[in-house]
Amino acid sequence: MNPAYSVIFFTTASGLGYGLLAFIGVFVSLGLLPADRWLGLWGLGVALAAITFGLLASTFHLGHPERAWRAVTQWRSSWLAREGVVALLTYVPAAVLGISWVFFEQISGGIALAALLVAVTSTITVYCTGMIYASIKAIPAWHQTAVPVNYVLLAAMTGAVWFLALLHIFDLPTVPVTVIAVVLLVFGLAAKMNYWRQNDDAPVTSTSGTATGLSELGDVRLLETPNTSANYLNKEMGFKVARKHAVKLRRIAIATGFVVPIIFVILAALASGISAVFFSLFAAIIMMIGIVTERWLFFAEARHVVNLYYGETTI
Amino acid sequence: MQDHKVELSPEGADEVKYTTCYMCACRCGIKVHIKDNQVKYIEGNRNHPVNQGVLCGKGSAGIMQHNSPARLKKPLKRVGPRGSGEFKEIDWEEALDIATAWLARARATNPRKLAFFTGRDQSQSLTSWWAQQFGTPNYAAHGGFCSVNMAAAGLYTMGSAFWEFGEPDWDRTKYFMMFGVAEDHDSNPIKRGLGKLKTRGAKYISINPVKTGYSAIADEWIGIRPGTDGLFILSLIHELLRAGKVDAEYLQRYTNASWLVFDAPGTADDGLFARGENDEPQCWDRQSGELANPKTAGANGALNGQYQLPDGRKVRPSFEILAERYLDDKYAPDTVADQCGVPAATIKRIATELAHVAFEEEIVIEQPWTDWTGRKHDKMIGRPVSMHAMRGISAHSNGFHTCRSIHILQLLLGSVDCPGGWRFKAPYPKGLDSLPRPSGRPDQVTPNTPLRGPHLGFTRGPEDLLIDDDGKPQRIDKAFSWDAPMAAHGMMHMVISNAWKGDPYKIDTLFMYMANMAWNSSMNTDETIKMLTDVDPDTGDYKIPRIIYSDAYYSETVAYADLILPDTTYLERWDCISMLDRPIGHADGAGDAIRQPVMEPDRDVRPFQSVLLDLGARLGLSGMVNEDGTPKYPDGYRDYITYHERRPGIGLLSGWRGRDGKDTGTGEANAHQIEEYIKHQCFWHEEFPDQIKFYKHVNKEYLEYAHKKGFIVNEEPIIAQLYSEEMQKFRLSADGHGEIQPPDNRRDRIREAFDPLPTWYPTYEARIDGVEEYPLYAITQRPMVMYHSWGTQNAWLRQIHGQNALYISNELGRKHDLANDDWAWLTSRSGRIKVQVKLMDGVEPNTVWTWNAIGKRGGAWRIDPKSSEVKDGFLMNHLIDELLPTKTGTQLSNSDPVTGQAAWYDARVKIEKASPGTEETLPQFPILSEPPDLPQTPKVSRFGATFRKGGK
Amino acid sequence: MTSLPANPSPTKLGLVVDLDICVGCHACAVNCKEWNTGGYHAPLTDTNPDGTDPSGVWFNRVHAFEAGEGKAGRTVHFPRSCLHCEDAPCVTVCPTGASYKRDEDGIVLIDESMCIGCKLCSWSCPYGAREYDADVGVMKKCTLCIDRIYNENMEIVDRVPACVATCPAGARHFGDLGDPASDVSRLVVDRDGYDLMPEMEIRPTNKYLPPRPRRDEDGAITAATSMEDASPEGGFLGWVDKLLSGAGDVK
Repeated sequence: MNPAYSVIFFTTASGLGYGLLAFIGVFVSLGLLPADRWLGLWGLGVALAAITFGLLASTFHLGHPERAWRAVTQWRSSWLAREGVVALLTYVPAAVLGISWVFFEQISGGIALAALLVAVTSTITVYCTGMIYASIKAIPAWHQTAVPVNYVLLAAMTGAVWFLALLHIFDLPTVPVTVIAVVLLVFGLAAKMNYWRQNDDAPVTSTSGTATGLSELGDVRLLETPNTSANYLNKEMGFKVARKHAVKLRRIAIATGFVVPIIFVILAALASGISAVFFSLFAAIIMMIGIVTERWLFFAEARHVVNLYYGETTI
Repeated sequence: MQDHKVELSPEGADEVKYTTCYMCACRCGIKVHIKDNQVKYIEGNRNHPVNQGVLCGKGSAGIMQHNSPARLKKPLKRVGPRGSGEFKEIDWEEALDIATAWLARARATNPRKLAFFTGRDQSQSLTSWWAQQFGTPNYAAHGGFCSVNMAAAGLYTMGSAFWEFGEPDWDRTKYFMMFGVAEDHDSNPIKRGLGKLKTRGAKYISINPVKTGYSAIADEWIGIRPGTDGLFILSLIHELLRAGKVDAEYLQRYTNASWLVFDAPGTADDGLFARGENDEPQCWDRQSGELANPKTAGANGALNGQYQLPDGRKVRPSFEILAERYLDDKYAPDTVADQCGVPAATIKRIATELAHVAFEEEIVIEQPWTDWTGRKHDKMIGRPVSMHAMRGISAHSNGFHTCRSIHILQLLLGSVDCPGGWRFKAPYPKGLDSLPRPSGRPDQVTPNTPLRGPHLGFTRGPEDLLIDDDGKPQRIDKAFSWDAPMAAHGMMHMVISNAWKGDPYKIDTLFMYMANMAWNSSMNTDETIKMLTDVDPDTGDYKIPRIIYSDAYYSETVAYADLILPDTTYLERWDCISMLDRPIGHADGAGDAIRQPVMEPDRDVRPFQSVLLDLGARLGLSGMVNEDGTPKYPDGYRDYITYHERRPGIGLLSGWRGRDGKDTGTGEANAHQIEEYIKHQCFWHEEFPDQIKFYKHVNKEYLEYAHKKGFIVNEEPIIAQLYSEEMQKFRLSADGHGEIQPPDNRRDRIREAFDPLPTWYPTYEARIDGVEEYPLYAITQRPMVMYHSWGTQNAWLRQIHGQNALYISNELGRKHDLANDDWAWLTSRSGRIKVQVKLMDGVEPNTVWTWNAIGKRGGAWRIDPKSSEVKDGFLMNHLIDELLPTKTGTQLSNSDPVTGQAAWYDARVKIEKASPGTEETLPQFPILSEPPDLPQTPKVSRFGATFRKGGK
Repeated sequence: MTSLPANPSPTKLGLVVDLDICVGCHACAVNCKEWNTGGYHAPLTDTNPDGTDPSGVWFNRVHAFEAGEGKAGRTVHFPRSCLHCEDAPCVTVCPTGASYKRDEDGIVLIDESMCIGCKLCSWSCPYGAREYDADVGVMKKCTLCIDRIYNENMEIVDRVPACVATCPAGARHFGDLGDPASDVSRLVVDRDGYDLMPEMEIRPTNKYLPPRPRRDEDGAITAATSMEDASPEGGFLGWVDKLLSGAGDVK
């Protein structure tokens, strides 16, 4: 699939945002965060900015962004609509929490409930994002439960690392979140590697034989394309990444998205003061490079069965 | 629940007009939907006899051709050097003045100085007549480089040929063989026919080195080696003769099988027919044991034996010679199998199947008919085997004989014009009596005088050749000379080469219409381009001093002309699909059609035919001016179509003739004829009564009908000529008989090629010294959705075929370490091209092929010069020399020795992997400039948006 | 509503494509383009029509495949367009309701005025039936010529999709695949018509008819594979005479 930058930005930024929002929500609801308005402003600000820019970016690839409002109407059947609905719904408790926290420094009681709601809708939103992809049978690599699990896990992971950086900046207790972040980084890496291995070893779903129904005649190979220059389908679904290239990018994603952040998260825990802040921020930023790479691969490596009509023989 | 609004019954067009398609040579009836003064939609006309409602991809893309950005918009005069594409626009008056001055000078001094050649011309009855009135012997259309082998072989053999002249009985045939067809020709009728065959369960065999298109759906595919079809067919004949599976009765009555041939080796009579009273042929009557006229009712001519004429000369029936010839082991399946690349068992089986279907599955139609002798037949017997062939057979230097072999095969099976067989299309068959002999001998060409007879025709012996007393060719293309004695369609592919060389003479003006001779229509394209721009050091002028060209579009050839007369698109013109030209009749009836302008041109262009008549009037050509010197056809081609009569009562169109419009075929000109055509969807069609639908060549009532309608000149039966006396006459001259003999350096060639019976010899390319270095055969196939080079300017079609690859077999790929998309060098004895390869299974392993005419020259057709057509697309033409190498004497053209048909498919090549480097096809040519002031090409085409309700 | 019809009518309009007859001429593709560029989805935009890499919106595209090798090898031309699936994922993924399946005949359509151009429907279609018009910013697709098949301004005989009307070989058939007695349904039964990518489990309405088996030596039309020599006593002479005995007398 064509790795469109708007979609890569959207999924990674909104993942981060919802992840961070969910952590804040959970910690607020458990009363584990101080009611410091600056913490609220920065924490919610970063999260909502990432979400909002992500959502806006996602409309950039639309043919008619001005009609984007329509995208929430079909929640009964469409995961994209569900994502839109829940994403928008999240703003409501998030706004309640934000206003109360920033203006009134009040985050307990009913507000804690709103915070919990924020955490719940954030998680659901990311799950819906994952389900958009997982629901597409025509892309076998995506059509599996691992996809929403990955999305939720990586959103939580990125959220946790950023949340940790926030705690370091505000010089708040970091040990539990450090542990959570490391665990999530390790689980995230495991899940991602599992996803890759599974897809590398995945049994063939469809072949040029099933696509044409001609398998009884023998191996089915494309002789002529219907058009000699690339059409929409070729550009949108025909993207191909060379195996060698992909392997290299996977290594980059593993290193920058998981391994290096683990090291720096631990370094941040061992350090203190400004170096702890620096290490944790470094972990968060380098992790995003890895996650963007991972997300690019998520699209670029996914093969759409329509390519069976354009020269591929198995998918 | 959302309520979606769908307009289920949108209003269609403001107007629907009928006309005839011109997106290829098929000439289907179309309905053109016009809305807001734009063409909105083009569909097939369900009532039209050719396409019966269907329309192919080309026809469906007509809108984009009509709106092509490559359309020329005003006459052009060259201002830069030839080939630069630098022109200035001039008005029509100036353009016509220039042309008139050039042409008048040639006509007044030596009419030969004008060479007038047309390409994909569908108005040959006008263009040939114009050239005849002009007086030059140098006229032809593109038939010589297209399929004259097909036409000539058929017409000499049985008065008709494949495509325009005949068709399989699609509704009844049970066994159909198709040889090397071109898939852009006769395309809709063949597709409809194949669909019917497959649906009915008839067996369809394709003999073609490449398994694409029609061949892909064949029940059996014979991937034959190019140029060996003749051997394969003669081997089938061998098998049928060996088993006695021929229709002896059919042969005896309807062919010259029983005609007696002199058996007198070494004499001037040898191999000629023994003739009796009134020059009639003779047979040996089996009942009376006496000589008889085989065309008479009671004749029961022997097909074998040796007899003596009263004067003592020995004779034998031609069939005996034929049978002896093909029964020879030389033609046995086991002998030919390796050469053809077809297993002997396959040949034997196909022969068995042919015999089985022809004789065990005969069809009987309970329809009485009468043959020419008056004999009554109570039914029509059909041998349901039919055949079709096209360019893959004809574009070889042995193509004439191969094609004649197919006809002989059909005739032996008795399957010509019978139910289920292959059928004649009106106005064919035409015997040689109804076909002219060529004109252009020295005594027939005089300044300021029309040529005394038509240019193109059918020679019957050396006396009909267009040569002078020294044997020198009289036509610029050397048609009807000893180089190509039966060049019935001329040899357009040799015009530029000969004119450049001044052989046989220099010309002054080359006038061409719709032929892309500076690109895909010429062999050896880069040399041809050099010839067009070569300067004569003596005169300082170009070796071909003046070139006038008419085309509707900015093709490569426009850049090489000095004066451009811009033509209209096919939707802006009158045309007639005349019975005098290439008609649209079919087996069950005669027909013709017109093309009417359905749109007004929005540019300063004129239909070429009207321009030609205007030029004719300015030149004062007889037939084109009234006695007072005023133009005879002031309203141009439309007037001509209505009023011109070739012979009294015979005009361009056959329908609604006579004062009251009640006559068909012949009759006085009718001022309202064209209105009647328009009223009747732009075509005329007359269904034959049932008793004349079959056996037309020998059917008394049909012959009377055809004579009455002016199709044929008499009511004589058209007896198929298995054995060709015309051929033998040329052969005798090569053997030293008669006054007119070939020069010594042509004798062997004539002796070999003018075999009175179909023969097979290796192509000339295959005999060239060192051919072993070029083990592969290189051919092209026609993409079904492109017509020559035309499709590239078409925004829709170029998306389908925007580049071409060289297709090679997987086996060849392995041998040369070539994978898909690799670049390779393809080299012939005369050229070298760099191309991208694609591997496939369905190709004869020693054959490489590509789609024809996809490669384009940068700057032409108004496509971006960086387009894939230019950078990746290529022409095979660069590999094909128009001349054969010679050790002595003048060079011969790379053509069939009988007809001069261009031998495109004889090419031999070798392949090697290209070392990594620039990924573009080679050779590349300098980019042509564009004519001035053409509109910008759009970045985005939103064609159709305005037809949407409320859209603008 | 992008949910599939809750109570679909039994009518299932669709196409049957006969791969045994299709010669790959692209007539269906071009005529479709020609009709539809002025029809329901007008225009079917072409970008760079005269430039490098021209690319346009087409609802029907014709591929060519090779299957098997050597003697058993086949070349098969393969037209591909929307299959109007019963469980059309392109409908259910649509977040706006622009993509829908008609209750009355099963035709899958796009209401352009509601389409936001998110392209998700094209991702969900295994068959590549949906084409994005970047110039207009909406998805477009085969409408089964909904502006022809019910068009009261057209003659009844013309009320079929453009691709069917124009197909020169007669390889395309249109009808109600929900009616087991219809011509198209019978054709599917007689010729073992099949679904493309059945593993996708989305129940395409359109069916494809497989190429019939080859008829070379395996399906030869005679039992004999070669013929006996005819030469009786007297060799060639006798043979020809034998051929002619009986000939010459016409009733």
